[in-house]
Amino acid sequence: MDHADTAHDDHNHAPKGIGRWLFSTNHKDIGTMYLTISVISALVGGGMSWLIRLELAEPGIQFIQDFQFYNVLVTAHAFLMVFFVVMPALIGGFGNWMIPLMIGAPDMAFPRMNNISFWLLAAGLILLVMSALIGDGPGTGWTVYPPLSNSTYQPGPSVDFGILALHLAGASSVLGAINLITTIFNMRAPGMTLHKMPLFVWSILITAFLLLLAIPVLAGALTMLLTDRNFGTTFFDPAGGGDPLLWQHLFWFFGHPEVYIMILPAFGIVSHVVATFSRKPVFGYLGMAYAMISIGVVGFVVWAHHMYTVGMGVDTRAYFVAATMVIAIPTGLKIFSWIATMWGGSIRFATPMLWAMGFIFLFVVGGVTGVVLANAGVDIAFHDTYYVVAHFHYVLSLGAVFAIFIGIYYWFGKMTGYKYSEKQGKIHFWITFIGVNLVFFPQHFLGLAGMPRRIPDYPDAFAGWNMVSSIGTVVTIISTFYFFYVMYCAFRDKVPCEANPWGEGANTLEWTVPSPAPYHTHEVIPDMTGTAAPAE
Amino acid sequence: MSTPNGKNTKTAVILFAVVGGMIGVAFASVPLYQLFCQVTGYGGTTGVAAVKPVGVATPAGAPMITVRFDSNVDKTLPWNFKPDQREIKIQVGAENLATFSATNTGQQTIIGNATFNVTPYKAGEYFGKIECFCFTEQTLKPNESVSMPVTFFVDPEILTDPNTMEVRTITLSYTFYRAPTDKDIQARQNPDTVQLLKHAEPKT
Repeated sequence: MDHADTAHDDHNHAPKGIGRWLFSTNHKDIGTMYLTISVISALVGGGMSWLIRLELAEPGIQFIQDFQFYNVLVTAHAFLMVFFVVMPALIGGFGNWMIPLMIGAPDMAFPRMNNISFWLLAAGLILLVMSALIGDGPGTGWTVYPPLSNSTYQPGPSVDFGILALHLAGASSVLGAINLITTIFNMRAPGMTLHKMPLFVWSILITAFLLLLAIPVLAGALTMLLTDRNFGTTFFDPAGGGDPLLWQHLFWFFGHPEVYIMILPAFGIVSHVVATFSRKPVFGYLGMAYAMISIGVVGFVVWAHHMYTVGMGVDTRAYFVAATMVIAIPTGLKIFSWIATMWGGSIRFATPMLWAMGFIFLFVVGGVTGVVLANAGVDIAFHDTYYVVAHFHYVLSLGAVFAIFIGIYYWFGKMTGYKYSEKQGKIHFWITFIGVNLVFFPQHFLGLAGMPRRIPDYPDAFAGWNMVSSIGTVVTIISTFYFFYVMYCAFRDKVPCEANPWGEGANTLEWTVPSPAPYHTHEVIPDMTGTAAPAE
Repeated sequence: MSTPNGKNTKTAVILFAVVGGMIGVAFASVPLYQLFCQVTGYGGTTGVAAVKPVGVATPAGAPMITVRFDSNVDKTLPWNFKPDQREIKIQVGAENLATFSATNTGQQTIIGNATFNVTPYKAGEYFGKIECFCFTEQTLKPNESVSMPVTFFVDPEILTDPNTMEVRTITLSYTFYRAPTDKDIQARQNPDTVQLLKHAEPKT
């Protein structure tokens, strides 16, 4: 584990100019591009949510007179955040950047396929933007349920553009997943057995398998919807013998694993950060890895808990309640293992650790409301209310997005070679933490009171907590711009970062290469034979 | 490069095959889903029997069950479609007959096709149809009226299944659509034509 690459610095020159990025086959450059597209999409998608909260700040219709436009905002916000922010950042961004570094591989298994994965995503983003700008926009919600999404209720090309955007994003994810699995299976450093892989590598491996199994089902369902809309097929139209419920089954067979696709890489990152800043190996390494596997497996057989209100039999619902609650066990195992890792550790409250502890707290809140919603009887009342909105924003917006910030702060030095200001990072954490909780915690109360989601107006009774939620959005907007200020200061001040800025707790392979990681790393493959089992 | 390129290609080929398989599963789910509904009575899908099965008989002291009838017509189909009786009281295990009347109020000969289910959905697996107009396409000339029969029975086991033993009312619902074989079926796909159809052939 010496600094192998410094001996070959004549190989370290990167291609110059725009071609470096357009034709890149370098996992670090492609990872950087994924992170960049994620940040751009996050600004657009976040801006949409700010517009939504602007309209919802007070009862009545203030700003958004065109309700189809409101529906388009809700839909595009979700598509952007799911497919173009969280997935590109956690899987494409950190996955590309860190997987080869962590397993001691010189690059991904298929560097050119890596390039096309990224550019398919970029093309998908363009199609999605076109979908919103052409015609009336897709006012379907991200679930795209027919009959609302069929050609009678959403005429014009918007939904078709949206479908094709998701096709491209899906193809991008599938190619990326194949690349990551092949890399992880075949290109680990000698001696790094599966049971010695860092947990982030485990999390990405499982995520990639979920992508491989879930995305094609979405692609199939979207194709059926596309032909239903344009070529007269009747997959989801009862008039021709189809069934709109089939869409819901197919969509959620994809959609539920999808939420684990978004959160598993976050689990991986948090495991590293908690171990690093507690200066202890992660508690229960194998349990952590197999908990993620069982979450992934069980995640495929719980999809109908999104469909409790469609009229399933009581036995079916009982099964989906039980199966869903089973997921709380491996998830709880992870939470307790993180706490056990911190327990007795020499904890340092550096910026990434603050974010990781914030993540654990918020994910527990979202997890608990998830267990509440898993109950079919309770869900009849909560279905499509703001309680559901609060729940999935706690696990995704505050969970997965927190993990993106954890990753940025944890690996910032490794990726850029600069140090950000610890003070600024902590201020950013606290503004964000306060802001997002102000936004989403009151939405639990609104949901319990019965406020439906995806509606631009509400009775006066809901005015108070909606105002609180919108004020929280203002705090979140401030934190968003403050984040860019933190980044600006880091790049302006150019404080150099050492190879391992975190000290003894950080002992995965990415910390053995210089900061910033040179263009080519692990040209001499590190030998892991005889190293201890993951001391993270 | 020391990367095991052959091994990588092999892995990738296997993974691509998995992706192809999952796409196949997605499309296979369409017929599988219909089969699943028919076998399990899922979503109120009723059973079909050529004749009432031997051994299905009315148990002594069994309560009467009310079967209500519901009829719907797709907005692009200019038909009048009504049950001749709002409800009938039946004995479980007995064969029953109900009739519906349909009239074509449009100016063209139209082929229609009815979908059906029962509520509560859980009663679907005990509701058997022996003969039904919904099994085949129905063709009505302009202003033609026909009586459409359905013969059915309710399996006595509905009274012993703990999930369904409290059911005393079952609603049998039909919705008539233009059949996929109807020459105007493409019109339904085009929202502009739907508007035209609605104006040209107002429902009575």
